[in-house]
Amino acid sequence: MTTPILSAKGVTKRFGGRVACRGVNFDLWPGEVLGIVGESGSGKTTLLNCLAGRLIPDEGHVAYETASAGTVDVHRLPEARRRLLARTEWGFVHQDAREGLRMGASAGANIGERLMAIGARHYGDIRRTASDWLTRVEIGLDRLDDRPAAYSGGMRQRLQIARNLVSNPRLVFMDEPTGGLDVSVQARLLDLLRGLVDSFHLSAVLVTHDLGVARLLTHRLMVMHGGDIVETGLTDQMLDDPQHAYTQMLVASILPV
Amino acid sequence: MPLVLRVQALNKSFIMHAQGDLSLPVLRDVALDVAPGECLALVGPSGAGKSTLLRSLFGNYRPQSGSIRVRHRTNWVELVGAEPRVTLDVRRHTMGFVSQFLRVIPRVATIDVVAEPMLRLGASPEEARRRAEFLLGILGIPDRLWSLPPATFSGGEQQRVNIARSLIAEYPVLLLDEPTASLDAANRDSVIDLIRARRKAGAAIVGIFHDVAVRDALATRLYPVDLPGAPA
Amino acid sequence: MPDTVQQNGHGEGAYNYAYLDEQTKRMIRRAILKAVAVPGYQVPFGGREMPLPYGWGTGGIQVTAAIIGRDDTLKVIDQGADDTTNAVSIRRFFARVAGVATTTRTEEATIIQTRHRVPETSLKDGQILVFQVPIPEPLRMLEPRETETRTLHALCEYGVMQVSLYESIARHGRIAKTYNYPVLVNGRYIMSPSPIPKFDNPKLDRNPALQLYGAGREKRIYAVPPYTSVKSLDFEDHPFEIERWTECCALCGSTESFLDEMIVDDTGKRRFICSDTDYCQERQDGQRR
Repeated sequence: MTTPILSAKGVTKRFGGRVACRGVNFDLWPGEVLGIVGESGSGKTTLLNCLAGRLIPDEGHVAYETASAGTVDVHRLPEARRRLLARTEWGFVHQDAREGLRMGASAGANIGERLMAIGARHYGDIRRTASDWLTRVEIGLDRLDDRPAAYSGGMRQRLQIARNLVSNPRLVFMDEPTGGLDVSVQARLLDLLRGLVDSFHLSAVLVTHDLGVARLLTHRLMVMHGGDIVETGLTDQMLDDPQHAYTQMLVASILPV
Repeated sequence: MPLVLRVQALNKSFIMHAQGDLSLPVLRDVALDVAPGECLALVGPSGAGKSTLLRSLFGNYRPQSGSIRVRHRTNWVELVGAEPRVTLDVRRHTMGFVSQFLRVIPRVATIDVVAEPMLRLGASPEEARRRAEFLLGILGIPDRLWSLPPATFSGGEQQRVNIARSLIAEYPVLLLDEPTASLDAANRDSVIDLIRARRKAGAAIVGIFHDVAVRDALATRLYPVDLPGAPA
Repeated sequence: MPDTVQQNGHGEGAYNYAYLDEQTKRMIRRAILKAVAVPGYQVPFGGREMPLPYGWGTGGIQVTAAIIGRDDTLKVIDQGADDTTNAVSIRRFFARVAGVATTTRTEEATIIQTRHRVPETSLKDGQILVFQVPIPEPLRMLEPRETETRTLHALCEYGVMQVSLYESIARHGRIAKTYNYPVLVNGRYIMSPSPIPKFDNPKLDRNPALQLYGAGREKRIYAVPPYTSVKSLDFEDHPFEIERWTECCALCGSTESFLDEMIVDDTGKRRFICSDTDYCQERQDGQRR
């Protein structure tokens, strides 16, 4: 715990005259899961895309502490380096699995792609690793050669997670990973994610509008409202003792079970 | 006597923005010290702020001012305004909290729920599992339930799972919020025995015990808590 | 001063030498030079309308037109044969508009325009092999966006190509691709060798001849300079292999050439003969002598 793995300083992104996120500062420490919560349109996903280098912020910068090459400015990296980082040390789990998967390729190929991209050329080994991961995300091995188009929503999401984690990333960005899934499927996915984050000591930034998901998966929360971070703190502090008016409103809006 | 927990000039109000920024002061100038082997029982009428104080000590509530310092490993750590990762580290190694309610995690087996804090401290899975089985046994959770998630357990069973989870890591500081609230007499006694053993082993304990018998069995000192402005 | 066919007395007065105007040929030559300089890289060029439809070799013809000179001897093959319509037409076209000698003999030719084959006879220094290419982008079927395939080439991100081979093994137990088998050129660019059988892939590697590839519809030129490494993609445990036949050529008895299967009568009787007509003829002549 000497340096943050990801550090954002004054990250601002505008679309025309509209500010999507403004002056965002934070440090993400190794092993930490940071949740970004807020209602739709509050700028969560834009911020996530800026952090992951998928969007270039208008102001500010994002520093990432690489595994072996020191600290890099995510947006000043040459595209080749950034993309290499994105498919080795990082993962990105999309809300819509179709964005994160190769829908025309089998599950095994989807998982194996990152390995092949970094030079794996032994079919048997790739297939073995893909099988391992399929089991780990609780998908039957008889589905290894099926295309994700034949998978249910929850399975696609789990496949997407396997595809991302196969390269042993250190940092994973997740955009509403449980959005659009029904509740029992959601619980299974959450439990799986929690276990994987723990056992691989992953650092993660998770965007969600679901405070229940945030409670279960994150250590720390940032509440976004109209592009601003209005409150940050430990997840249980934010949910049990919200202080900002917007956070109080958000917490008060949770439906009791 | 060396201290492990020191609270000074602690103030906490709740500000309700939805009600015209209504401010509800709960703790004013609270100060207390706890040494190893002590069990401090918070006493006072319902709504006096006992739970608020306990939750503030755990870093769950955020006081406006004052100081909560805890001896964490070999250093004193300030919890008021602490970085989240500092608070998390204190919770992982130093401070345990038993609430009245278990926050259940979907699909995770009871035995794993209990073993988790010990695993996080680096214990081997076998060791953590053995210890978890031992605690669940003492607390009278039948072993056929161990592999089930506690979500569907009765209130008393959930509470005992919660106690087992909080005691497994043998934290130097224990915060107890009504640990025996929904337990029958036999289970209550085994909980008392376990907590007393922790106290005798040198844990510093702060608790809320409505049951006078439990309080008498555990507390070494009483600490009156009352709303600011209320007659002392 | 434009060098026209008319001045050479060939009576095709309306056309410039080798059909294309000099500016166009110069433009194509620049593209070819760039392609040679960056082996396997697809260079865009301003492809012209040619007097034959796309798919009949417009790309190859433009490349040939840009490089051909009076001293050249041209051979044109289609699926290995010198005597198919397409080959005959293109050969006659250049005989008329460029006034060059033509041949069916591989070793006599200086330029060989080909569709879907590489001659069996080894090529030598100074020869140029011009391929007709339908789809120049090897990643096209895997990634439909042109902007993205260009980025993948630029950044050398070829995981997706390997994915397609993985899929083939997962589905068929082996890499089932038999033609247009992707290759890595000079350790850098992945290239489509055009729809030649994978049997011909090993011939591309360190070939003494210059290989030029022209895609008319998609307006791309790429090249493999002489003696350049061309490696067929594979897996360590599923290495690249070429087709083998248990039969030999029914005409020349060759066991080393690429064979076409022919049904020769109504009872379904099959014969195998060399796809490369010149090679087969040479062998038959040799045996007769």
